Amino acid sequence: MPLDDRSTDRPVIPTTSQRTGGGSGTVGDIHAREPVITVRDCNVHYGDTHALKQVSLDIGRNEVVSLIGPSGCGKSTFIRCLNRMNDTIESARVTGDFRLDGQDIYAKDMDVVLLRARVGMVFQKPNPFPKSIFENVAYGPRIHGLAGSRRQLDDIVYESLERAGLLAEVKDRLDEPGTGLSGGQQQRLCIARAIAVSPDVILMDEPCSALDPIATARIEDLIDELREKYAIAIVTHSMQQAARVSQRTAYFHLGNLVEVGPTEKIFTNPGHKLTEDYVTGRFG
Amino acid sequence: MRLTTMLLLFATLVILAYFAARRRAIAMAGGHRGIRNLHSLPAHHGYYAALCSALPALLVLALWALVGDRVVMGQVITTLPEPYRSMEASELSLVLNEVRALASGQAMGGERPPELEPVAGRFLALHSASRWLLSAVVLALALAGGALACWTIRPQLRARNRVEAMVKALLIGASTLAVFTTVGILLSVIFEAVRFFGQVPIIDFLFGLEWSPQTALRPDQVGSSGAFGAVPLFAGTLLISAIAMAVAVPIGLMVAIYLSEYAEPRMRALVKPLLEVLAGIPTVVYGYFAALTVAPLLREGGEALGLDVASESALGAGLVMGVMIIPFISSLSDDVINAVPQSLRDGSLALGATTSETTRRVVIPAALPGIVGGVLLAVSRAIGETMIVVMAAGLSARLTVNPLEAVTTVTVQIVTLLVGDQEFDSPKTLAAFALGLVLFIVTLVLNIVALLVVRRYREQYE
Ligand SMILES: Nc1ncnc2c1ncn2[C@@H]1O[C@H](COP(=O)(O)OP(=O)(O)OP(=O)(O)O)[C@@H](O)[C@H]1O
Ligand SMILES: [Mg+2]
Repeated sequence: MPLDDRSTDRPVIPTTSQRTGGGSGTVGDIHAREPVITVRDCNVHYGDTHALKQVSLDIGRNEVVSLIGPSGCGKSTFIRCLNRMNDTIESARVTGDFRLDGQDIYAKDMDVVLLRARVGMVFQKPNPFPKSIFENVAYGPRIHGLAGSRRQLDDIVYESLERAGLLAEVKDRLDEPGTGLSGGQQQRLCIARAIAVSPDVILMDEPCSALDPIATARIEDLIDELREKYAIAIVTHSMQQAARVSQRTAYFHLGNLVEVGPTEKIFTNPGHKLTEDYVTGRFG
Repeated sequence: MRLTTMLLLFATLVILAYFAARRRAIAMAGGHRGIRNLHSLPAHHGYYAALCSALPALLVLALWALVGDRVVMGQVITTLPEPYRSMEASELSLVLNEVRALASGQAMGGERPPELEPVAGRFLALHSASRWLLSAVVLALALAGGALACWTIRPQLRARNRVEAMVKALLIGASTLAVFTTVGILLSVIFEAVRFFGQVPIIDFLFGLEWSPQTALRPDQVGSSGAFGAVPLFAGTLLISAIAMAVAVPIGLMVAIYLSEYAEPRMRALVKPLLEVLAGIPTVVYGYFAALTVAPLLREGGEALGLDVASESALGAGLVMGVMIIPFISSLSDDVINAVPQSLRDGSLALGATTSETTRRVVIPAALPGIVGGVLLAVSRAIGETMIVVMAAGLSARLTVNPLEAVTTVTVQIVTLLVGDQEFDSPKTLAAFALGLVLFIVTLVLNIVALLVVRRYREQYE
């Protein structure tokens, strides 16, 4: 497995794929210091499309991993594997070893409902329920019985909205439909909805794609804050954002995980030609 | 000339007009190269000529179909011998039917007055002459229209716009026809209903609690006036519809939810066509089923429980009607449930909700307006349903809420009032139209409400 010589100046811990001799030849260290989610040799097929090829990656406690790469390279597909949202796509076939705190995510006896309560997700396209703003945020806590009383529920909802930076805009119209908000407000509503159930891992698929710089900064602060307790993976098309919020960065290309490493290294001293082309804007 | 020959010739002329005009347009443009000098494509010129040739002729044909026979008969009447000419209209039409029969050479039983023989001959002659005339006019019009259109072709002729205008006029014509038919039906019902309300006060009809439409033949008989209180009928209709909906709405909805949220694609492919079979069963067959299978079953079951179930009960008719409506509700609800975006389900599932929580809390509320619309449409179907209740619900107009008794419905009464030889001006037969009118208004209102609800739902996601 020829590794780019620039990355050989630091110890390389081989991935299982490297150990087993197969694999996609990811450059850099896929391991996290305190892994919460570990993925080994993940392959996803949509019918005949091979959307992810031999991807191995850890996501650790108290860190933000950003996933970058050109459109259609499989970033969304990857994070959807982690809370088994690909189960809802009939044509999707997922193989590989996925673990959450050592527990097999795809095991037969894995309770998908509990898994998804622990691994929260913010979708690429905002998808508020056609309910009131309050009910949108209260949805998860209600289902999981997180609030003992109406007071507690109110507290959870207000706090979540506040942390997502939406409360000031909507506090006078909490009973208006969430679908009536603007695109960026909907995106923040969906973030509030996801953090209201306090998951251990949060997967965010381009959470700031429709946000102005101020709201983006608010969300980035939130991510920073969440990092203290949770593990976070964020898909983004903005290199600046990846550089600002994440400790590690993974670069995907055509279904391959090309390179993983400390964010600073990926942006200043990438180990692979494809990564370099992408982060310097020479891609495509 | 035979009608078919004429139509064939006519069609040939129209097609000829199309090709002639197209060729002429191309020639005018100076060959295929010059087509861009034409305002419209050659095919548009062709359609233009074809429409010019066809439309006037078709108009004449349609007019003739409406009034032709009457004109011929008018002529025949003037040649009738004296005793016939001063007859009543109804008797006259009988005579004219005899003339027709004679002319077509049908050997019907009974003596025919010999003086009608020459009249029949005259009718035959007139008839064939009118046919010839019609054919000549139609073909001449087709030819003239086509030729005129070809002759007026110029490169700058706006044939495309004219064709569009004619097509639009044609389509508007078709929809007006449909609307006018509806209005015509409504007017005929209203007309008869007004005559009924001339004899029975509308208040008595709408709020009267007794229904016994049997008017006596002689004024000295008992019950000579009849009673036309429609409340028992509407109560019966309501009772049976309510039973039907109580069966159909939960089952239909559950079927829809199963199909759209739980079923594997293979199961879905199996169940959907089966449901469509259920929807395709003629209502008469449901009627047999209700009368021959369900009613005895209910009776036996009732006896076992010590209940007295009438052999024709609201319950039996309602249950079977409910089964009939299940596919209606399930396929309408399935459509609206499927229209709920997958992203909403994903959003709920990703928060750790189960499929049933997702269905109950997100999918159904989102689809609710559409489902309500579908249910309202189903209600108006249940109210208007006739065959099942005729066969299974009974005839006694009883004002009751006990589903084990026999009740009767509006549609059943309409049928019984109009079956058989009836005088058309007795309140008994006219009552049928009044019932029909009220039924029409009720279902119309239900349908309008349903459509409004469904439309509001559509706006939400598109
Ligand atoms: N539901 C699906 N059915 C079939 N193919 C799919 C499906 N979802 C994704 N794919 C395919 O899988 C590949 C990866 O898609 P994915 O959505 O993961 O890309 P992405 O990296 O998130 O892109 P983007 O940045 O545009 O969101 C693409 O080629 C896409 O066409
Ligand atoms: Mg994506």
